[in-house]
Amino acid sequence: MSTTTRAATAPEGALAPQAPLRVMPVRRWGQWIISAIVLLLAAMLIQSVVANPNFEWHRVWGYFLDGRILRGLGTTLWLTVVAMVIGVVIGVVMAVGRQSRNIVVSGAASAYVAFFRGTPLLVQLIFWFNLAALYPTLQFGIPFGPAFVEADTNALITPMLAAILGLGLNEGAYMSEIVRAGLLSVDPGQTDAAEALGMRRRQIFRRIVLPQAMRVIIPPTGNETISMLKTTALVSVIAIGDLLFAAQTIYSRNFQVIPLLITVSIWYLLVTTILSVGQYFLEKRFTRGDRRGEQSYLREWLVNLIPRHTTPAPAPVTAPIEIEGGRR
Amino acid sequence: MTASTPAPMVEAIGVHKRFGANHVVRGIDLVVDRGQVRCLLGPSGSGKSTFLRCINHLEKINAGSISVDGELVGYRRAGDRLHELRDDEIALRRSDIGMVFQHFNLFPHMTVLENLIEAPVLVRREKPKEARERGRALLARVGLEDKAGAYPRSLSGGQQQRVAIARALNMRPKLMLFDEPTSALDPELVGEVLDVMRDLAAEGMTMIVVTHEIGFAREVADTVTFMDGGVVIESGPPAQVLGAPEHARTRAFLAKVL
Repeated sequence: MSTTTRAATAPEGALAPQAPLRVMPVRRWGQWIISAIVLLLAAMLIQSVVANPNFEWHRVWGYFLDGRILRGLGTTLWLTVVAMVIGVVIGVVMAVGRQSRNIVVSGAASAYVAFFRGTPLLVQLIFWFNLAALYPTLQFGIPFGPAFVEADTNALITPMLAAILGLGLNEGAYMSEIVRAGLLSVDPGQTDAAEALGMRRRQIFRRIVLPQAMRVIIPPTGNETISMLKTTALVSVIAIGDLLFAAQTIYSRNFQVIPLLITVSIWYLLVTTILSVGQYFLEKRFTRGDRRGEQSYLREWLVNLIPRHTTPAPAPVTAPIEIEGGRR
Repeated sequence: MTASTPAPMVEAIGVHKRFGANHVVRGIDLVVDRGQVRCLLGPSGSGKSTFLRCINHLEKINAGSISVDGELVGYRRAGDRLHELRDDEIALRRSDIGMVFQHFNLFPHMTVLENLIEAPVLVRREKPKEARERGRALLARVGLEDKAGAYPRSLSGGQQQRVAIARALNMRPKLMLFDEPTSALDPELVGEVLDVMRDLAAEGMTMIVVTHEIGFAREVADTVTFMDGGVVIESGPPAQVLGAPEHARTRAFLAKVL
């Protein structure tokens, strides 16, 4: 921090009539140099990509709004939303379950998380897809007794349902850890205060604990959503027509592998960017009452490059000049 | 409230509380009459805060009984059996007992006024408008009418604690528990909180105050109780307990804090 260090030993009378002091900010030449180098490298990279004919940009843009690609994009978005909704719901249920006083409940929740986090998602997807190999029929009825309803597994578990189950159940395990960390971040005094006011457990959870846990839960959930958008590409192995599968279908016939992969990559990038913006506003919404989290990196960077002279109020005459940061 | 002999507001008989092997409260008997102010003094770890938390069942007692306004806390009596109450029933009884904490525990995601109306609307099913009007009046009473829309984090400790008192009062409690309400405050902010509590006592609120503020106890308390090691050492009018303590342990404690 720049400070107004002056001859503090000067007699008071000598200080009084002077003009207000100007604060001279530190010149950050290093920032200028590093910024210039990084921008130069970025320009070189962009030039190499744009000018390289091997990227076949005309084909990339030609497929960009292709009907098959857009349908695939729709499936990808839909799968992302459904899997995340299921994941968040299961996550909250499992997180609450793990805090249960009943050890059977908390043990079951822990086992769920351990299983779905501990096996590869790709394997889980293929298992759900091939569930009929393990359970040819699914029954609903009295445990160990007769069944009321019976269904052929292959007819019930469509590829789309297998994809939703695979992605949603797996996401639930990760979300439960995120939600649990959020719940644990809330000061127990909050529950004390709410209980002392006569609020019930459910009310306390919904009105007091969960909203405060949100501050901790939202940022990683945004990351999970962005990650999920790309993870849905795995469902192409069980022949769901998502964005990647649409591209694969097209290039399996015309061998335009690179342009089509660039096309879908641009789509993925575009959607993740939009999601990031949404995440930013959600985070702002949930940091109400908290003064942190409001900074502009662009402004900070500009201020560092082009410091302004500031003219503080005239230094008080009677008070000794304090050096900032010198006191705790 | 019967006309002849109203039950005391708080009646504790032989209360014990253990945390695992740690026996914190070791048999406390205590009676607080309506409109009385009782100050609990004692060194850290003497069990006074734990005992206070037992009164509104934030802690479950291991032996003995506590009743508030003639009703057992946490239990229902049927013949010679005590039935443990369900969470919802406990919550209902708690709603008549206000509590103020050392660290304020305001809800940080709500404005001051939202803090005040949350429980009345949710627990008592009051109309938000009514709860808000009463809340504003209470804020005026604690000198914070201009802070209704502020978030707790932007307030000083003393202001937060005054909001916490107003929040408890907005439930119209018949008993107020204070758990070291000024211990987390900067010295210059202690007075504003004690002023509010003094006013409250003058209005006839029944209060149990765990505190280290000997001056406040001397001035406001009807009875001062000195605790150590989970038991009551002595109890009596402030002039007696603080002025001429009978027990050596009380004298030793007072010599340190005065």
